[in-house]
Amino acid sequence: MKYLQTATGEWEVVIGLEVHAQVISNAKLFSDASTKFGVAPNENVSFVDAALPGVLPTINSFCIDQTIKTGIGLNGTINLVSHFDRKNYFYADLPQGYQISQYDNPIISNGYVEIETEDGGYKKINLERIHLEQDAGKSIHDQHPTQSYIDLNRCGIGLMEIVTKPDMRNAAEVSAFLHQLRSILRYLKTCDGNMDEGSMRADVNVSVHRPETPYGTRVEIKNVNSIKFIVSAIDFEVNRQIEILDSGGVIDQETRLFDAASGKTFVMRSKEDAQDYRYFPEPDLPPLRLQQSRIDAIRATIPELPRAKVQRFQRELGLSFYDATTIVAEVEIADFYEKALVANSNDINPDAVDEDFAKLLANWLVVELFSLLNRNGNSISESKVSAENLGELVMLIKTDVISGKIAKDVLTIIWETGKNPATIVEEQGLRQITSVEAIESALREALSEHIDKVAEYKNGKDKLFGFFVGQAMKKTEGKANPQMLNDILKKLLSE
Amino acid sequence: MYKLSLSDTKKALLTRKFSSVELTQCFLNRIEKHEYLNAFITVCADKALEAARQSDQKISTNSAGELEGIPLAVKDLFMTKGIRTTAGSKMLYNFIPPYESTVTEKLLNAGAVFLGKTNMDEFAMGSANITSHYGPVINPWSKKGLKLVPGGSSGGSAAAVAGHLCVAATASDTGGSIRQPASFCGLVGLKPTYGRCSRYGMVAFASSLDQAGAITKTVRDAAIFLKVIFGYDSRDSTSAQESVVDLESFVGQSVNGMKIGIPREYSIDGMSVDVTNAWQLGMDIMRSAGAEIVDVSLPHTKYALPTYYIISPAEASANLARYDGVRYGFRTEDAKSLDDMYKKTRQEGFGTEVKRRILVGTYVLSAGYYDAYYRKALQVRQLIKKDFAEAFERVDMLLMPTTPHSAFAFGEEPDDPVSMYLNDIFTVTANMAELPGISIPICLDKFHRPLGLQLMAPKFREDLLIQGGHILEQNADFPALEEIA
Repeated sequence: MKYLQTATGEWEVVIGLEVHAQVISNAKLFSDASTKFGVAPNENVSFVDAALPGVLPTINSFCIDQTIKTGIGLNGTINLVSHFDRKNYFYADLPQGYQISQYDNPIISNGYVEIETEDGGYKKINLERIHLEQDAGKSIHDQHPTQSYIDLNRCGIGLMEIVTKPDMRNAAEVSAFLHQLRSILRYLKTCDGNMDEGSMRADVNVSVHRPETPYGTRVEIKNVNSIKFIVSAIDFEVNRQIEILDSGGVIDQETRLFDAASGKTFVMRSKEDAQDYRYFPEPDLPPLRLQQSRIDAIRATIPELPRAKVQRFQRELGLSFYDATTIVAEVEIADFYEKALVANSNDINPDAVDEDFAKLLANWLVVELFSLLNRNGNSISESKVSAENLGELVMLIKTDVISGKIAKDVLTIIWETGKNPATIVEEQGLRQITSVEAIESALREALSEHIDKVAEYKNGKDKLFGFFVGQAMKKTEGKANPQMLNDILKKLLSE
Repeated sequence: MYKLSLSDTKKALLTRKFSSVELTQCFLNRIEKHEYLNAFITVCADKALEAARQSDQKISTNSAGELEGIPLAVKDLFMTKGIRTTAGSKMLYNFIPPYESTVTEKLLNAGAVFLGKTNMDEFAMGSANITSHYGPVINPWSKKGLKLVPGGSSGGSAAAVAGHLCVAATASDTGGSIRQPASFCGLVGLKPTYGRCSRYGMVAFASSLDQAGAITKTVRDAAIFLKVIFGYDSRDSTSAQESVVDLESFVGQSVNGMKIGIPREYSIDGMSVDVTNAWQLGMDIMRSAGAEIVDVSLPHTKYALPTYYIISPAEASANLARYDGVRYGFRTEDAKSLDDMYKKTRQEGFGTEVKRRILVGTYVLSAGYYDAYYRKALQVRQLIKKDFAEAFERVDMLLMPTTPHSAFAFGEEPDDPVSMYLNDIFTVTANMAELPGISIPICLDKFHRPLGLQLMAPKFREDLLIQGGHILEQNADFPALEEIA
């Protein structure tokens, strides 16, 4: 479904994004004030943030390192010389009366993010640039009937503005791009991607046009703060624009806001009201010059990124695409998995990857542990079962020490007690029964108690097989090796 | 004792001829007596006397700093912790800084005593000190019935030093605001190389041009004063890492064999005969001292002033955006909305000249005009820098008048702003090229008003200015400042 079809013909949708990603750093971009979230209003405000007379910005070099790291992770070109500029506008939560940003010489040019498409392939979403700028404060209008409150805690925090080319063609691609971008930033630890706290927000540019014709007039939807809302905003906006065009109207170049409650976008300002930001080079900061050695040193710290990890998990561990992407999507889950994977490395040849174990572990993580986490409303980092314990537990299954059924109980016990799985198995005597004699005797006992049913079975009532398994399991307190139990039961019944 | 130079005051304090408290009290009395000069916006008598007491203590225990116990005045655009700092504007009429500027912090650490904050053109925008919200400053060289302007924007600092209301004063220079008032008031004014003194804690006018410096009675005083305030500051990203030399050691060194350039473009139409003669006197002094006088050309000089009046208002338009009534300073009484509050606050809080420059600056940065004005101005600025770089390949220093005329009287000032801007014609080039410049009193004109000559040197060569400036000072035909009552 490349194009949208309406009564008047086909439409192609063109979408570009400007993503504002808050740089992970203890201090702000141009001041030494803290960036801690959730403190009392105006607690993290330095004289520089409040724009007292005479103060000057100084660059936090850690924020620069973080941006370089992001640029490398997103395949961009790191510019050895970039400039800061002043973007001038008045607002109550912008103390300087200008935002220090980068206008025509950003620190990063180009780059791309690869997303999966619906047909299972990959598509490159190209980036125009990444530049650094300072965030504004927050105006709070709903606390007082006639006054606004200003909180400058956020003011001056470093933002990376990641600008894409108009490479996306539908909301699904936008969603995939944002998920992938967020995941990469979290792997890089340069942005926590927390959209609820506003540390990642996006402006969305949408236009529609007839295939094989020039792009249509674009409309910007400002500051949408969740991927779900972005998708709704795009869907609404595309329909709105097509309806206008289908009925012979024209699209105004304007800035709109998305209202989550109604699911609609509405005009914030028209082109005529567009502000003239009067950008000019920031005279308080000399050009930002980077040494190649600094970039090389940062390059050496780049971790394995999601897409490479998915491919490695499939190739080397034999995971399914589904399991691999599920595990890799969140860096904490991938870390957990990899930690669990090596929990038993003493027991196995560390060079040989045991695919069966890896797959079984993936399954136990994605199915069993996830359901425990969901039930308790915990995230992976809050899991009461450690990666090591999950790894050991799965190894106990793999080596037939316990059955999968018993393992589920053990997992719950680990969750409740934090005890090591082997200890639980020993203490509670849960070790699987693998002795032929023991299983056979349990079976014989069960069969002898139900001679009538044995006769029915032999007369063709096959379903009773399960009944006998259950009875025998009961006698072994569920510890009999299920495969062996099956095999021996078959043998006994055919005697 | 109030007529002594800084170096003599220092000696007198260290040899206990008088105490810092005595001297400070003496100046405080004089400030009160000369209130009509309007040199100060804020006088901090109690703080000054307390600081003087502490200095006397330090002197008595032989732990005196470089400027121990010396009463100074501070231009009212340096942030002084706990002391009101207005930048000459209504906008900051009630602003008490919670922090100390780097320059004043260094002075305090050296033991200086601050008498108070000197009057200035509002936000340092002016050349006659008539744009201050706190009223005009009178030049102490005024005669009965004829009040002269002290120059600007550091008019209060110049008047305070010339009127013997302090030993020396801090000042700042964006287009001539140290050198021009020094020239008008018969004083030494040195504007250091851009980046020499930290701008941290200086109310910003035009960030790429602003530089702190001093107005003093003698060249030696300038050397002692500036050595204290020079130096790299990590809080100012444009501050220079260049090492600081002992400037005083260059006082009295010969200029024999040096080449002094005379830029022909500074000989402009309408320059008075007195100024031309003063310039000639400077050349004669240099030649007698063994220097060679060389004609040089700085071909882009004529573009300097118009370019300056694009770049400086552009930067100012952004630098002054923070004065919005939201967080500190003046806020209008009656506002119906945020926009209304901005408009009225800035309408009522800024004076005419400041508003004019904000408008000009906003205009030259606007879409559609940026390339024609601001971008062009930046390009011309590069050409001006190149002119100087080429000249300094041939000569050690440049000599020219500081201003095209002497101090004018109130009422004599030009009534259109552009003519007023011509005051800066010989001084803006140093700011545009980031060079150091010094103004030295050389003689009096036919109206018995001081005239100054200016020396410019390559970047970071303030040592040359001290060396050359001292030669001019020693041989000038300038009456002793003691004449001023």
